[in-house]
Amino acid sequence: MTKTNMSRRGVLKSGAVAGAGLAVPTIFTAQSAAAYTNEPTGSSVTLGFNVPQTGPYADEGADELRAYQLAVEHLNGTGADNGMLETFSSKALQGNGILGKKVEYVTGDTQTKSDAARASARSMIEKDGAVMITGGSSSGVAVAVQALCQEAGVIFMAGLTHSNDTTGKDKKANGFRHFFNSYMSGAALAPILANNYGTDRKAYHLTADYNWGYTTEEAVKTSTEAMGWETVAAVRTPLTQTDFSSYIAPVLQSGADVLVLNHYGGNMVNSLTNAVQFGLRDKLVNNKNFEIVVPLYSRLMAKGAGANVKGIYGSTNWHWSLQDEGSQAFVRSFGTKYGFPPSQAAHTCYVQTLLYADAVQRAGSFNPCAVAEALEDFEFDGMGNGKTLYRGADHQCFKDVLVVKGKENPTSEFDLLEIVEVTPTAQVTYDASIFGGELGACNPGT
Amino acid sequence: MDAIILQILNGLDKGSAYALIALGLTLIFGTLGVVNFAHGALFMIGAFCAVTLNRILTLSHQVVDPTRTDFLGNPMKVDVPYVFDMFGEAAGQSIIDWSVPLAILFAIPVMVLVGVIMERGLIKFFYKRPHADQILVTFGLAIVLQEIIKYYYGANPIPTPAPEAFKGSFDFGAMLGFDPNTIIYPYWRLVYFCFAALIIGAVFVFLQFTTFGMVVRAGMADRETVGLLGIDIDKRFTIMFGLAAAVAGLAGVMYAPINAPNYHMGMDFLVLSFVVVVVGGMGSLPGAVAAGFLLGILESFASMREVIAFIPGINQVIIYLVAIIILLTRPRGLMGRKGVMED
Repeated sequence: MTKTNMSRRGVLKSGAVAGAGLAVPTIFTAQSAAAYTNEPTGSSVTLGFNVPQTGPYADEGADELRAYQLAVEHLNGTGADNGMLETFSSKALQGNGILGKKVEYVTGDTQTKSDAARASARSMIEKDGAVMITGGSSSGVAVAVQALCQEAGVIFMAGLTHSNDTTGKDKKANGFRHFFNSYMSGAALAPILANNYGTDRKAYHLTADYNWGYTTEEAVKTSTEAMGWETVAAVRTPLTQTDFSSYIAPVLQSGADVLVLNHYGGNMVNSLTNAVQFGLRDKLVNNKNFEIVVPLYSRLMAKGAGANVKGIYGSTNWHWSLQDEGSQAFVRSFGTKYGFPPSQAAHTCYVQTLLYADAVQRAGSFNPCAVAEALEDFEFDGMGNGKTLYRGADHQCFKDVLVVKGKENPTSEFDLLEIVEVTPTAQVTYDASIFGGELGACNPGT
Repeated sequence: MDAIILQILNGLDKGSAYALIALGLTLIFGTLGVVNFAHGALFMIGAFCAVTLNRILTLSHQVVDPTRTDFLGNPMKVDVPYVFDMFGEAAGQSIIDWSVPLAILFAIPVMVLVGVIMERGLIKFFYKRPHADQILVTFGLAIVLQEIIKYYYGANPIPTPAPEAFKGSFDFGAMLGFDPNTIIYPYWRLVYFCFAALIIGAVFVFLQFTTFGMVVRAGMADRETVGLLGIDIDKRFTIMFGLAAAVAGLAGVMYAPINAPNYHMGMDFLVLSFVVVVVGGMGSLPGAVAAGFLLGILESFASMREVIAFIPGINQVIIYLVAIIILLTRPRGLMGRKGVMED
């Protein structure tokens, strides 16, 4: 009879060793499988749409969300038509999802507050498994969410954000912006202003007291001064200000003959309304008609300011009245689905979603680093702004900029702005290094 | 000199709004002993009365105009307001043009009703509760009202223009012998100031010279004794709440053309109006009015470029700074009465 020398403890020990041995490869496989954050493994892929659903920019956010839903329909091939997929110069997307995976989405509410926006983005990444975050209607929010996406290892496709900083000093390797910026607004506007109002002008700036306001003031100041204008004063106004009368009343006393309103959203609606109430535009100063300029215009804002926008110059990223094929295809899809034309916020969000999907398709992977590589220095057309370059050095799109003017005789409630000039890309292009900041390395996460 | 006159003028209209809201707040606090944080929301609802009447007057039916096309290239549907059908185009247009002054008539019953419902439906249950509870419940109510308005009217400001006759501004400086364009003041703001003065005057006359007003004042001074005399003071106080709501509402109606109404405008005024009430003296009606104008004008001065250059950021803190100084030197406010909120 042979005696086996196996004690209870021995069995346990060897069992544990064997178990650990078996487990090791699984752990390794699991690690190597998830090469990046939220790698989609099933038949669908989740995108995170982070827009202001409450707060002062809620209407803009609602329009962005409509555009995202339309983009998802077009990507999945379930829409009434294919929108810009028909006109987009890259033909990688087939209308069968992204890389064959059905596109699903989750939404978050940024409330136009950086902390709320970060919290909702984090939740979409960690709980819902979003592989890309997009949206936003404020530069403060965009910069904050972009930094979060960089840490988390997902791609951030910025929505409406106009500050130079988003792709300037705060740029990140995982973040991309299609929308134009303050510098481009200044560069596009200045020649038009000089042509229409002359080179001998004295400007008075009222500037929203935050990041975007400063960069816009700086851009418009620099470019108009280069044309011969003089800046009489630049006054910061609190973001929470609603009645601007005490800021506007002293403008005429300063000897200025142009008022530049570096305001956006509700600020712009109120300051412009106040300026018109004070009759500034009926005045003759230095033997010239007093003029008002709004560097960043949006149709939703123009609607809020009503008849006060008539004849006032500004710049915009895109406008529904553009006659190119891409714009028309988008306006047709959006207008048929929702009954009114899309805003510039809707346009940039729609385009960003398609550009992301296309980059994934071309890269053959959702890996943020592969996607970033596919987007960098990508040239495309057919998306409403003519030939566009996604510059690799700062992840900023370079395209034509629209100079617009409040329409004198609008034919409908949407027909508020008319395009004065399409400023060519070359005129608004700048050196990537002028705003400082470092892209850093792309982060795939996990 | 001209800059000073300009900023005083500027302070007047803002001061008018503060005074009107603070007057209502003080009235409610004095009569009911309730700190009503929903008062700003009443101002906002007033402004939306103007928006609503404008919308009612511009209710339209669509007529297809085959000569024009819409943004999708289809024949354009043109909105024709029903008032055009009823009164003809010219008369209809001027009715729409005058929608803000007309909204005063619309707002009075609406605001009184809102006020009475608020008081009977919610606030009366909090009379005997601590002030902290009252603040919490009325603040909550303000948020609810705000969200209701946002749901129906959206988050963006809605332009509500003044009648064409009051567009533009007049050159006050030229009248006083200064250079042209140095002191300009929009006509509508002048209308607003006169309107506010009228309302404030009417409230004082009502409280001073009517039996109802006398009972209310007596109730404010000694509620218990008035009750013992067999007067149903509660009922009168409910009416006072309705009245205070109407005052705030009218302030809002007439403010609509100055700044396009949005759902948040009440909150912007509420905090400042509370400071006004405290500076004026809790429970003092003349104090509320005086402090309203005083702080409105000071705020205007503080946003002058020269002042900001001298003390950066002063425009954002001036009101609170003044409040601190006044409360340190006169703890009951400018015209506060002894015994109010000191128990």
